[in-house]
Amino acid sequence: MPVHSKLEKFEDNWHPSVGCWVPNEKVILRGKDVFTELNDKPWMEYLLYAATGKESPKIARLIEAMWVICTSFPDPRIWNNRISALAGTARSTGVLAAAGSLAVTEATVYGLKPIKGATDFFYRAEASLSEGKSLEQIVKQELKQFRSVYGYGRPIADADERVKPMMKFAHSIDCGKGKYVKLAFDIGEYLSNTRLKHQINIAAVCAALLADEGLSPMDFYHMATLAFTAGAMPCFIDASQQQEGGFFPLRTSRLRYTCDEQVRHWRV
Amino acid sequence: MPNESVETISTKIWRETAEADNPFAAADCFCAGYNVYGDLLKNASYIDYLFLLFKLEPPNTQQSALLEGLAIALANPGPRDHSVRAAMSAGVGGSTHPSALIAALSVGAGNLGGAREVFHAVEYWQHCNTSLKEWQQLIKNPPEEGRADVWLPMEHPPGFDPNGVSCATPVKQTLAHLAEVGPMPHLIWLQENRQQLEEFAGCPLAFSGVAAAAFVDLDFSPEQAEMLYLLLRLPGAAVHALEQEKLGWRKYPFFADGFKLNP
Repeated sequence: MPVHSKLEKFEDNWHPSVGCWVPNEKVILRGKDVFTELNDKPWMEYLLYAATGKESPKIARLIEAMWVICTSFPDPRIWNNRISALAGTARSTGVLAAAGSLAVTEATVYGLKPIKGATDFFYRAEASLSEGKSLEQIVKQELKQFRSVYGYGRPIADADERVKPMMKFAHSIDCGKGKYVKLAFDIGEYLSNTRLKHQINIAAVCAALLADEGLSPMDFYHMATLAFTAGAMPCFIDASQQQEGGFFPLRTSRLRYTCDEQVRHWRV
Repeated sequence: MPNESVETISTKIWRETAEADNPFAAADCFCAGYNVYGDLLKNASYIDYLFLLFKLEPPNTQQSALLEGLAIALANPGPRDHSVRAAMSAGVGGSTHPSALIAALSVGAGNLGGAREVFHAVEYWQHCNTSLKEWQQLIKNPPEEGRADVWLPMEHPPGFDPNGVSCATPVKQTLAHLAEVGPMPHLIWLQENRQQLEEFAGCPLAFSGVAAAAFVDLDFSPEQAEMLYLLLRLPGAAVHALEQEKLGWRKYPFFADGFKLNP
């Protein structure tokens, strides 16, 4: 029988390039033996190596600080954390709570979309600058095309209290002086003086810091995948230790029905 | 038959024959012996196919009506339900659509009004059946937790609402309808003994309790009941998440008032 499928060559034939487990013997990650060559690495350095192939204590430390300062707010009202708080109050499991929170973290107004989007924007903006476009032209084009610029503006609050401590930490390890960080703050300065009054938020700061370290949008995206767990987990624990169902219960009058209240009858 | 040395997936649910030109594409798919795209697609209702998938036999008229009623009753727990609120939290933040359902599943899986409660409630039914005395004993002396599990211990009798005051009207309406659609012994018995059971439990019957009785009448195992309960409650999560996505975070409660950090 003639076979036309593109899948045939993969049948029982998979060649991973990042690693494998050799039962009862060893684990290989990107060509290195986990037990003998990577065993001393701090976890963040290991994750950086696993996700990007980079070996850099400095970048790992920078990302670790981002996880602490920028992404681990234990407030159960923040939308991704709210999943964990709701899971706790409804007595689900901690892992289901964390998985739900992480999935929701790929959001537009916070989380992974701005993180990846801001990094991508800075690389495009830098390319446009080197082609001779002005910063104003670049930002206006972005606003015209997408109606927002990832990394600028913020829900609930105007300014971003994380910017200062994150930059302070970055400077402490000799980061934060590159061209992307300068570009990020220049754009922030420009946008804050437009009618939008959008201020720089932490996604732009982190994206610029990591762009200066050579991370691609996908690198940062992968490194941010688990970044919100330390905020979500305590929200689950807290809610699960209080009365079941006690997390912001809503009485029926909290629904504001916005259509005609006339009762209709289903065909019989 | 596949080559004996090739690793295979064993299943009683699904059989396929290959397309003549592509061994990776199915020409015919059979579910429990029925041709899915040649027969069920034209002749079966969605509910009947759902039943067939779980039970490998088509439902009789009463079973079909019972599952249909249960599916309607569970399809939308409403926007105040924890699992739907989880999905809406995804919606308002502009999260991906699958994440709204993942969030609804994560939250709707639990011991309070969730699928794990249904799992335990079906276990209670299997243990007590229609013996008031057994129910009284089991509610009074719930099973001891064995070794540690990922699930938190139940804090209330499964199938009952620890925060309820009296049995909610939709719960009573659902129970009454489902008990009527056929000779459903467990639902009928629950209908007749609800108040007594509620006295034992110290709280009113919940949707999870009605669902559990329905699953027992459908001869579902606790595991099957847990799975289907999760699936059946997703439509409401989906539509409310989509609606709130359009409205955005500004029009969704953030609970700025009444949120105070304990010292």
